Amino acid sequence: MKYLTNVTSLQLSSEKCTGCGKCIDVCPHGVFIMNNKKALITDKDLCMECGACALNCEFGAISVNSGVGCAAAIINSMITGGPPSCDCSGSPSQSASSNCC
Amino acid sequence: MGDYIGAIQSRISNFRMRYSVEPGLYALGEPDAESDVFVTANYKLSFDILRKELKGLNAWILVLDTKSINVWCAAGKGTFGTDELVGRINAVQLHKVVNHRKIIVPQLGAVGVNARAVQKQTDFKVYFGPVYAKDIPAYIEAGCKKTPEMRMVRFPIIDRLILTPMEIIPAMKKFPLFALIVLLLFGLQPSGIIFNDVLSGGMPFLLLGLISILSGAFITPVLLPFIPFRSFAVKGWMAGMIFTYAIMQIMRPDILPAISSYIFFPLASSYIALQFTGSTTFTGMSGVKKELKIGLPIYLISAGISVILLLVHKLHQWKVL
Repeated sequence: MKYLTNVTSLQLSSEKCTGCGKCIDVCPHGVFIMNNKKALITDKDLCMECGACALNCEFGAISVNSGVGCAAAIINSMITGGPPSCDCSGSPSQSASSNCC
Repeated sequence: MGDYIGAIQSRISNFRMRYSVEPGLYALGEPDAESDVFVTANYKLSFDILRKELKGLNAWILVLDTKSINVWCAAGKGTFGTDELVGRINAVQLHKVVNHRKIIVPQLGAVGVNARAVQKQTDFKVYFGPVYAKDIPAYIEAGCKKTPEMRMVRFPIIDRLILTPMEIIPAMKKFPLFALIVLLLFGLQPSGIIFNDVLSGGMPFLLLGLISILSGAFITPVLLPFIPFRSFAVKGWMAGMIFTYAIMQIMRPDILPAISSYIFFPLASSYIALQFTGSTTFTGMSGVKKELKIGLPIYLISAGISVILLLVHKLHQWKVL
């Protein structure tokens, strides 16, 4: 399943990439493949911006504006002015969806 | 048996917020200094799944304090993270328990765990294991090697179905307020609240309200990949429109309430469906922000228009207009 087209903030710098393959190992959506000993983004639209790749890239080759893709969290952040966080579960009455983590 | 009841309670209420395991090191079977160490969250459901899949193995389970939240969500918050892992390794003195320097962390924990930083601070090398605990035996068998499939998170219909109660229940909690407003609006007459009018005018609206919840919180999540378009708001609107149309064929209200319904209820379904983005395994923040940026003004303006249309209808009935 894919979400919206052309919205992800994922960026990969092939100059910085050493081809260690860590991003391939941690990505739960198969966004990266190895091509000529460097990581390559196959389909950006598969990215859910979880941030595992960027956190685990030792060479700073990946950047992504990671955060929770959750409507309730984002609406909360619009109201409170803070960053979207899953903490709406602390007060479930405010959250429309309580599956939010 | 208790585990099953707990699992069900976790899926339908806030019970899961306190369904936890004490953080620390647990022995599974009869582990020794050479046994593998698996890391998990102190959400009892996560711990139980791991325990079940590792049955028959001798291993250590290191439970992190994630405030009784599952691995992936906790990793997103940072509670299943580098600092907690390093702290817990030191707290249980893992160096003394095992001779090797290898720990197996669920792959989805990589959102919060920086493997390199953990190794620098503890000497333990982090191996990101499979996404699903059921793949662990095969992963171990293969010498800690994942197949591409083991890395992929999925979102099958059964998972989507399991998540719907926590969409439906919160939405239903708002229903009494909606019902009260509808009944007042339809019952109110210059001569007081007329019960007959409440029933004839209000019933279709109450039914449509329930149907929008069903459409947005149940039908859209379950049929997610089969409803066209990628936007959750659009998916929810389409499902809501089909149901609204069907109900209208049976109920046939007056023209203004009918228009009002066609505007309001598909959008209500759309809004409720959009909430499901918080439960999926594939929606990102940039996408949801985009949906809300476009969607929220539409929701607010349309709700306003629906109410105005109903008020005009009322005033017309009262021969004011």
